[in-house]
Order: sequence, then structure tokens, then C-alpha cells
Amino acid sequence: MRQIVWAVLAGLLFGAGLAVSQMANPAKVLAFLDIGAIPSGGWDPSLAVVLVGALIVTFPGFVLARRLNKPLVAERFEWPTRRDIDVRLVAGSVLFGVGWGLVGYCPGPAIASLAWGRVETVIFVLAMIAGMVIWRRTLGPKTDAPVSAR
Amino acid sequence: MDNFTPVSALIGGALIGAGIVLLMIANGRIAGVSGILGRAVQPDGPEWRWRVGFIVGLIGGAALASIAGVAPAAIEITGSLPLLIGGGLLVGFGTQLGSGCTSGHGVCGLARMSPRSLAATGVFMASGAATVFVMRHVIGG
Repeated sequence: MRQIVWAVLAGLLFGAGLAVSQMANPAKVLAFLDIGAIPSGGWDPSLAVVLVGALIVTFPGFVLARRLNKPLVAERFEWPTRRDIDVRLVAGSVLFGVGWGLVGYCPGPAIASLAWGRVETVIFVLAMIAGMVIWRRTLGPKTDAPVSAR
Repeated sequence: MDNFTPVSALIGGALIGAGIVLLMIANGRIAGVSGILGRAVQPDGPEWRWRVGFIVGLIGGAALASIAGVAPAAIEITGSLPLLIGGGLLVGFGTQLGSGCTSGHGVCGLARMSPRSLAATGVFMASGAATVFVMRHVIGG
């Protein structure tokens, strides 16, 4: 229960940040990706500043977290361990980038912008979830093992 | 660059970072939205509950910011129905295959100085920019 409460709080901050930074607005994101508009002065570098703002907080925050023995409400920190660059990483990132460029939505902003109640957002999120399910059933991890063994 | 909004971008970015740090310090988890959503809709254990909580928070946080007047009252979506469906499928499939998106690789990964996440971020930024270029300046031009 405590894990759920903290996750909701973290989500609230994250979602508010996406809204304040306007990253939940696809037109704003497409204006950043539109490097072809640089010569005409129409390029919008805001997304890069969002990334910088997020890193200014996350970098020292993670340094602090690594000095703690354990999280507040969980048994251990689940830091990613993989450092290799493989075909799946690159191919997946290429496909993700194409989808991102077609609409201007990546997963976080797409979910957060459901707050504006637009039917286009609902369609995109449902298609995104379908894409995740298709991955799981084709190239995803095998889940034949009984639940207790996982 | 009339549409450049550095102040709200910096403040919003810092809020995103605060959410990421909070999820790590409290729950010990990386706030990668594609991973959280992928496992929330296809549960493999009791952990789906905090993941759904995080997703509900994302929507609630955006709604509160908009209601409070510190975020836009409206958003602009230009994609047609086929683009929305095709784009959604590609984002869903691609982020699972590539193990992350703008939050997991782009913010959390870069903050951890992970070469894997740096590579992924460079690839999807380039791929996204190339797609917009084709759509706006090759086909649309």
C-alpha cells in the first residue's frame, strides 16, 4: 500500500512536469524534432531544456539514492545492470523514434495528456498498448514458466 | 524561435526529475514510463499495483497543473487517424524492443551515465527528427 501511495506522488510530480513543460502537447514536441525549421527560425529547442532541467535534479538525486542502504518502502534498489548496445536496443529505438515523429507522443506525455480528454489521445494510447502486447507475444520474454517460478 | 519557452521547460523538467528521484528513493524503481506501462497492462505479479498508481498520478498531475493554470488549457494534435494508430503501435512495440523511452533512457539512463541509454537516446532522437523531416519537408514540402 505504501508503495502505491509513493508511486502516485511520484506520478503526480512527473505528470505536472510534463504539463508545465508543455511536453504533453504533441505540437510542441514536433516543433523540437523539426530540425528542418532551423534555417527559417521556426525551430523550438524547449524539449532540450526540459531534458537539462530533469537531469539537473535526477543526477544528484541518483547520487544520493546510491548512498542509501535501501529505499524507503521497498527491499532494495532495482538499478538497471545492462550496459551492452545490441541490435534490439537500436532497432527498437529506431521504430520508437518513427512513431514519436509521426504524432509527437512518447509514452509519458501520451498518458499524461489523457488529462485533456481528447479522443485522439485515447486512440494513440490504445494503439501504443496494443504495440506493447504484440511485442510481448512475438519477440518478448517467454512466459511459459509457472507464476511461482518467476 | 518565437515559440521557445525556456523557463517553463526548465521548471517542468525539474518537476519530472523530482518525480523520478522520488520513485527511486521511495520504491527503488526507475521511472521509465514505457516499462511501467508495459508491465502494468500485462501484469507478472503484485507489482502492477504501484505501476497503475504511477500512471494514475501522471494523468492527475497533468490535470492539476492545467486546472491550476500553470500548464496550457488545450493541446494541439495534428495526426490523422491512420497516423495515430500507426504511431501508437510503433511507439508501443519499439519502446519494449528497445527497453525504454524518453524517460527511462533519456532522463534516467543519462543521469546514470549509461552508454546503452545514451546510444538509445541518440538513435530515437535522430529517428524522430528524420521522420518529422520527411513528413514536413519531403512529403509535406
